[in-house]
Amino acid sequence: MTEIFDLLKGNPSDSDYKKKPVIVQGITGKFGSLHTKLMIEYGTNIAAGVTPGKGGQSFEGVPIYENVKEAVDATGAKISIVFVPAKFFLSAAKEALEAGIKLLVAIPEHVPVRDTLETLELAKKHGAIIIGPNTPGIMIPEIIKIGIMPASPFKAGDIVVLSKSGTLLYEISNSLTQAGFGQAITLGIGGDPINGTRLIDAFDMVKDLPDLRGMVVVGEIGGDAEELLAQKIIDSGFKKPVVAYIAGRAAPKEKRMGHAGAIVYGNYGSAESKVSMFNKANIPVAKRPVEVPVLLATKLGSSAD
Amino acid sequence: MRLLEYQAKELFKEYGIKVPPSKASKDIEQGRKDAKELGYPFVIKIQVPVGGRGKAGGIQKCSSDDEFELKYPQVMEMTIKGEHARAILLEKMADIKKELYLSLFLNRSKRCYTIIASAEGGVEIESVKNQIIKEVGLGHVEESVAREVAKEMRLEGQAVEDLVDFLQKLSKLTIEKEAELAEINPLAIVADGSLLALDGKVMTDDNANFRHEELQKYQEKSALEEKAEKSGFSLVELDGNIAVVGNGAGLVMSTLDMLSDSGGKPACFLDVGGGATTESVYEALTLISKMDRVKGILVNLYGGIVKTTTVASGFLKAYEDNLIDLPVFARLMGAASDEAKEMLKDSKTKLYGTVEEAINAAVVGVKK
Repeated sequence: MTEIFDLLKGNPSDSDYKKKPVIVQGITGKFGSLHTKLMIEYGTNIAAGVTPGKGGQSFEGVPIYENVKEAVDATGAKISIVFVPAKFFLSAAKEALEAGIKLLVAIPEHVPVRDTLETLELAKKHGAIIIGPNTPGIMIPEIIKIGIMPASPFKAGDIVVLSKSGTLLYEISNSLTQAGFGQAITLGIGGDPINGTRLIDAFDMVKDLPDLRGMVVVGEIGGDAEELLAQKIIDSGFKKPVVAYIAGRAAPKEKRMGHAGAIVYGNYGSAESKVSMFNKANIPVAKRPVEVPVLLATKLGSSAD
Repeated sequence: MRLLEYQAKELFKEYGIKVPPSKASKDIEQGRKDAKELGYPFVIKIQVPVGGRGKAGGIQKCSSDDEFELKYPQVMEMTIKGEHARAILLEKMADIKKELYLSLFLNRSKRCYTIIASAEGGVEIESVKNQIIKEVGLGHVEESVAREVAKEMRLEGQAVEDLVDFLQKLSKLTIEKEAELAEINPLAIVADGSLLALDGKVMTDDNANFRHEELQKYQEKSALEEKAEKSGFSLVELDGNIAVVGNGAGLVMSTLDMLSDSGGKPACFLDVGGGATTESVYEALTLISKMDRVKGILVNLYGGIVKTTTVASGFLKAYEDNLIDLPVFARLMGAASDEAKEMLKDSKTKLYGTVEEAINAAVVGVKK
């Protein structure tokens, strides 16, 4: 088992196996409270919330603490999901990392790049994993959901889905589920220029999963995360089927397409560059989201021979 | 945001990076005054937020009043890669001995700032040869690192001292203004052996705008873009006739791709954000109603948590208020979609089961 599964699920010998405690930072905000309810509904063990000034209160039966340290002391949680406004993200993340959080899921969009870089330096020092910012979150379907994704597209299985985009993650996971491909884990790396967990890091987290059957990578224009992943897949000799989708082929250059990271300069970050690198790695790239399960089925069929 | 050359050079001056004498104007009256103060000869440079100006004829030499009267309006009227002139910069010509390249940029895959320098500048970064690349963490450049760069560029005399000085100042600018890119290209060695920044490109982090009041004067947004931002949307205007609306940047990009594949011409990219509500749909339609070129609206929403009936109410309200009279081709994925279809059945909004069907209907629909 790799580290991420240890954190999210644990081992059968753990008393909290498949019930790892999670802290919600910003639990009383509009977004934080909505998704706390939905995560609890899904079965995630939301053990504590943090909202300064509201310590001692509770929300949906979840005790609220003044700060992350108190919440960690009370629950032993190693996982936190952050919903605070972007401009307060850095201080919320610092607080969490210093309190011993080892997996921090950063939901806010519009976090300044400098704040993300500082958070990552601190995370490195503390040996913690950051997912995001601007991520829909991470989930092991039917076990734990730490994020804002709807529950309906996902089903337990043996395919990994890694995505830059949130809604495309839902869309493509839904198509996969419809086609009978459940997911072992799905992870949104986020649409920002700087990601706490890059595609290559996410690949490392999941590549040795024993029952893994295949992988789906949902990329988009901007940066070179997809190119580096393709290179890594070539270099590592990873043999399981990988299928990709890239959004943004028709986007104009030098325009930010919604996500802070979705911008093309010359050939850097272009869809052509990503597609050609995937081709080099023998990874088929779907032209439309609905083609993903078809390509995956083909790949699985040919690899089974 | 992407600063124009003259704005980047204002920052360079503020930080003590030497630039040629220049004056920026937005009309010919001001331009004439600038020309008088500057004195001939000089170059007329179009100010557009894209590269490749020189090749497109957006930079013209000018050495007399007659030439000025002819060329200033010409350059002002140009569009380069679809971008009109935001201003005109008149700039004194330098006696260039050699063109170098120097930049500090946010290296996304390495997750740190990186210096790129080269003794062979003046061309686009992709074509810059013999690049010297150094990672510098959060962007701070020590003098010793700057000296190393100068040495690897094989500079001599005053040029070494100037490079060390400019690079450290560029680093200060990058950190203080939270730039994702600060580029001097070309950085020229002039007749006396000193350095001069002939062009400047600075991109700052939009997400850090809230702590940079001083950069607000450089913010250039259309009224529509400003409205979109206020609603928490992202809008990119395009020149086709089918407005593309959806929730989530990836999904909207994907819809744009598929529409283009089917021969449709997108009029805009409009991402209403992760969730979709009656209000956000109404707001989106309000924005689109202000774009004259739009003949139809393609909507691709992945509801998930949101009920599609909530979204349908947004459309109905927009028709009720006579906000729009355009056909809407919509694919709403999520809870209660049958009910939503029923709600919309007598309206100009048609619901489709898949995005492909919605796209095909839109492409055919706008041709009518």
